[in-house]
Amino acid sequence: MMAGAKNRSVLAAYAVAYIVFLYLPVVLLPLFSFNQSITPSFPLTGFTTDWYLALADEPEMHNALINSLKVAATTSVFATLLGACAARAFTRYKFRAKPAAEGIIMTPLFLPEILIGLSMLVVILWLGFELSLVTVVMGHVLVCLPYCVTVLISSFDGFDVTLEEASTDLGEGALGTLWRVILPIVMPGLISSLIVSFTISLDEFVLAFFLSGDEATLPVYIWGQLRFAAKLPIVMALGSLMLVASIGLLIISEIVRRRGERRLKPSGMDTP
Amino acid sequence: MNTPIISIRGVSRHFGAFTALDNIDLDVKQGEFFSLLGPSGCGKTTLLRMIGGFMEPSSGKIMIDQKPMDGLAPNQRPTNMVFQNYAIFPHLNVADNVGYGLRKLRLDKAQFTARVQEALERVGLSGLGHRGGHELSGGQRQRVALARALIMQPKVLLLDEPLSALDKKLREQMQLELRRLQRAVGITFILVTHDQYEALSMSDRVAVMFKGRIAQVAPPQDIYQRPASRDVADFLGGMNFIEAQIEAEDALELKLASPLTGPITLARRDGFAQGLGKATLGIRPERLRILGPKETAPIEITGTLYDKVYYGEVTHYSVAVRGNTQPLQVAVTNSSGGPELAAGSEVKVGLDRSALVLLAP
Repeated sequence: MMAGAKNRSVLAAYAVAYIVFLYLPVVLLPLFSFNQSITPSFPLTGFTTDWYLALADEPEMHNALINSLKVAATTSVFATLLGACAARAFTRYKFRAKPAAEGIIMTPLFLPEILIGLSMLVVILWLGFELSLVTVVMGHVLVCLPYCVTVLISSFDGFDVTLEEASTDLGEGALGTLWRVILPIVMPGLISSLIVSFTISLDEFVLAFFLSGDEATLPVYIWGQLRFAAKLPIVMALGSLMLVASIGLLIISEIVRRRGERRLKPSGMDTP
Repeated sequence: MNTPIISIRGVSRHFGAFTALDNIDLDVKQGEFFSLLGPSGCGKTTLLRMIGGFMEPSSGKIMIDQKPMDGLAPNQRPTNMVFQNYAIFPHLNVADNVGYGLRKLRLDKAQFTARVQEALERVGLSGLGHRGGHELSGGQRQRVALARALIMQPKVLLLDEPLSALDKKLREQMQLELRRLQRAVGITFILVTHDQYEALSMSDRVAVMFKGRIAQVAPPQDIYQRPASRDVADFLGGMNFIEAQIEAEDALELKLASPLTGPITLARRDGFAQGLGKATLGIRPERLRILGPKETAPIEITGTLYDKVYYGEVTHYSVAVRGNTQPLQVAVTNSSGGPELAAGSEVKVGLDRSALVLLAP
């Protein structure tokens, strides 16, 4: 018993240290964004909301934010559409190229982004395309796809094929079945996928840096601002807002996903 | 009335090298409760899914209401299906599940509600229209599936093992209800089941299937009492088999001899080209009785009681008899509550000539 209790307290200490080490920097960001001093260091010199107010007078930053929102929205729609097609194929059909296809879709997870960015840059220039937000979207769809497919497969996996058969049996064609049965049931998965890919695209830096040309996204803009020490607190204020928004989106996505799961789980035949 | 609602001619279905259905011919009459009975893997579900349009035959023809069904999808056929797992749409409530197929009719809200209400009443679910599709018990799901299919007014209702997911008591209750419902609506029902009691208790006619072929099609009493083959007899419950010898035959009768029963004469059965020689006779265990000291029967067999199993309403005795390798199974209804026979005692087993059935070799 003694050994068990001791092990448990060691484990607890380890867990606490782990969490502090991982998340303390993230907590410091909002903390310094309310600090009066320009340099992010202790002791804190006093509370202020000036940096947040100063955000309003940064037209370049607003441009970058709008660029990022455009890219994230477009990316999430495309990645989710493509991901839905892939997830449907993987869960519903057996085909020879399935393992290969799954592997290829998942590859960007394991490739260093800097390699992806560099090679895309070379190919895009070689093809004679201009760097723009469109090329950023292409890169982002590539890196978001593994996440979307993973989220969507878990939502498509529980889908009962006989529901489609029942719909056909009751007079609906393929489109009617898609609209009235498939979409409503996989909707939580689609929403999760949209939110996850939106969040990833919004704060993705490496690909955006390589592929955005002169239309900076927000992370690229922030990186550029770090050269100016005076701008640092404003950047931290912006970062804090993005942090809150990201966490908010992920919480919504998780709630939607769990609610969908709960709704579909008792569709088995076990209850008398 | 005499033209069949479903007519199946020479239908086969292959999955690679495996033959799921082998040259099936079958007619189902208008308004009948028809069962496809057989062990799992015998092709009964494949046949049902082909009638519903979920699968195409590899060869052969299926006609429904005298129209060929080649290449028609389920939504173009006058059939509806009750699925084994019921396939209730989990995101819709009961009323929207039941009314799902009505969309094409473009009913206004009042008409829609009235139709759904009527369908719910028919299956005993009135008042549950607002319940979510995912909040139903097994029995309720089954009723929703029924109402949802019947509201389409199909010419044929297909039921794929609809009771197998229910517990015993509910299953027996639903058997009665299904039968009653079928009579009330007058629609042809085709039921797939592996449960012989289900098939016997509900159907007008039963087709027994083995390995992709139909072994016998007949009303329940005939299937049970006069099975065509050993396989059919076995699948429908206990059966004693007795080896016999056909010694003479004419247009009407067969004369047989068996060491157990002595010489017997049986009427010829239609469609049995028997010929002289070896034959198998079948006797259901409940057609045998254990005779008391002063009782007699047209045919008497002596043997030794060596085992018994008590089931409550009935006791099964095993009686070893000379001249038969298998002991005779005798089912005795425990109607008197009298003393039971002890193992090891000598008994006389009696039967009537009508209990003997000549089986196809």
